Amino acid sequence: MSDYLLEVRDLNTSFFTDNGEVKAVNGISFTLERGKTLGIVGESGSGKSVTAYSIMQILSDTGRITSGSVLYKGDDITKWSKSKMQSFRGKHCSIIFQDPMTSLNPVFTVGNQLEEAILLHTDKSKREARDRAVEMLELVGVNEPAKRVRQYPHELSGGMRQRVMIAMALACEPDILIADEPTTALDVTIQAQILELMQDLQKKLGMAIILVTHDLGVIAELCDEIVVMYGGRICERGSVDDIFYNPKHEYTSGLLRSIPDVTGRRERLVPIAGTPINLLNLPKGCAFSSRCDKAMKICLEEVPVEFELNPGHSAACWLNMKDMLASQDGGDCE
Amino acid sequence: MSGEHLVEVRNLKQYFNVRTGFFRTTPLKAVDDVSFNIGSGETLGLVGESGCGKTTVGRSILRLYEPTGGEVYFEGKLVTSDNITELRKSMQMVFQDPYSSLNPRMTVSDIIGEPLDIHRLYTTKKERKEKVLGLMELVGLNAEHATRYAHEFSGGQRQRIGIARALAVNPKFIVCDEPVSALDVSIQAQIINMFEDLQEKLRVTYLFIAHDLLVVRHISKRIAVMYLGKVVEIANSDELNDNPQHPYTLSLLSSVPIPDPKIARSRKRIVLEGDVPSPLRMPSGCPFRTRCSYATEQCAAECPALTERGAGHFVACWNK
Repeated sequence: MSDYLLEVRDLNTSFFTDNGEVKAVNGISFTLERGKTLGIVGESGSGKSVTAYSIMQILSDTGRITSGSVLYKGDDITKWSKSKMQSFRGKHCSIIFQDPMTSLNPVFTVGNQLEEAILLHTDKSKREARDRAVEMLELVGVNEPAKRVRQYPHELSGGMRQRVMIAMALACEPDILIADEPTTALDVTIQAQILELMQDLQKKLGMAIILVTHDLGVIAELCDEIVVMYGGRICERGSVDDIFYNPKHEYTSGLLRSIPDVTGRRERLVPIAGTPINLLNLPKGCAFSSRCDKAMKICLEEVPVEFELNPGHSAACWLNMKDMLASQDGGDCE
Repeated sequence: MSGEHLVEVRNLKQYFNVRTGFFRTTPLKAVDDVSFNIGSGETLGLVGESGCGKTTVGRSILRLYEPTGGEVYFEGKLVTSDNITELRKSMQMVFQDPYSSLNPRMTVSDIIGEPLDIHRLYTTKKERKEKVLGLMELVGLNAEHATRYAHEFSGGQRQRIGIARALAVNPKFIVCDEPVSALDVSIQAQIINMFEDLQEKLRVTYLFIAHDLLVVRHISKRIAVMYLGKVVEIANSDELNDNPQHPYTLSLLSSVPIPDPKIARSRKRIVLEGDVPSPLRMPSGCPFRTRCSYATEQCAAECPALTERGAGHFVACWNK
């Protein structure tokens, strides 16, 4: 199974707060192939960002991976030492964050911050690192890169800062780029620039991307595979077309119904009733059961198992199981 | 002025003085010569990127800022700082951030009841309570929520409280300033539907300010596009989407990520070069010319005025 670049197996991450244990990620598994783009979609509190942070092991002090493994080229990185992890981050796997305003250090120049990553992970000299920094800025489409390396983050616009973040993340040519809501804080025209850039760089450098976002539009434009998360669990996974045109989980179809029609037909939106769940007390059964209009008895009692419907397309919903059993023996099941 | 428009905005200007040096201030032209009107019962969408002045337009109409120039007419009557308190019974606002626009020290019934207190819209305490509960029901909140504080609610429910507060005075016109952009997708749809239901029930008129073009297209009858303090195009919302004229509108529409993989794959993005210029150093002539691929000498010399090209379709561009 080590032909996957990255494999997450039954990952559980919890935060231990004063109010109790918050189970942010509950037993999720997925794989990432070389050069592919995997999208993780979900609403706030669905555990999508925590999944990304767990892979990088950059959780806050209260957070901990409680069980499960993350295999990088077949090697379990959750067992690695702190210093080995440090060399993993940046060199093999990089992350860019949502907010380019706060994720750069305001007291160092852009060049300084880019060089730091290069000097840390390669045996380049200071001069070579500076050249590489300029080269990277040029690659991500920053104009006048030789001048920019001497500037501070506050002198750059939001879009430019996000480009610098991407340059920093890619400076050591990692195999995996994790993008956590990379364009949420940017305007649409700047967002288009950044998305275009990420696609170009992927073609040029061949890295795999994990794109974490709540924006279904961004997902549709960029991703090959999609994982839909709700309440810290995966509810559905499949190719872009599977998820958008043949959703098999009530939450996924609910999400798709609640966005305005792209062709401009003004049909009434069908929202998902209720409010997102509280991770402090997860329901006993399916996390989505309280908001699902098709919930059955079993949904309230037991967590649905993930279930492959077509090769590569699976969903964790009891309804699919019911449909399947019904078609198999013609009888009903409750 | 003419009677069929509920709100008329004429050459509205809103400048802010920004300190640019120790002794120097420079006027920042947040809104520069903007005119449009909104018909009764209509929804006008106002779109643009951050910093283009769309929020300022909304706030200037309600006189949360004292405009630098231009006039706003409400039902044909000139809005001035003298009559605005009275007019705010008819004009209200829903704010973007449901986390900072509700007072954390007030209960829900006090928040919703405050406009009733200010405009003295009840005679007995019982009547006030009934009105507040009626409003809560209207926006889908339970009566038992009345004694709770804002922090006990989720974002979507807080936005409902904000909407109930705006509706308390029974307004004819509501400025909705990015009312759904802080909310999750599934909750967004609930609030959008509620806006539509309320419009049908109460015949309110909206100025719907947002940057999400899919949402704006869904809810608005007409759309105005702003860039750097100016309106560059106004048209019927289908006309604007199918037949955009201004180069900025064109690239804005093509930049919107479409949540449909087949369309997304077949579409060509028109990616704009560079960033929005600083409003403190506006380019001469047309504000968009620095990023426009059609820009000519004329664009640098003179700013194009909004002119009509076809029924109700206004464009401010020399080349189209």
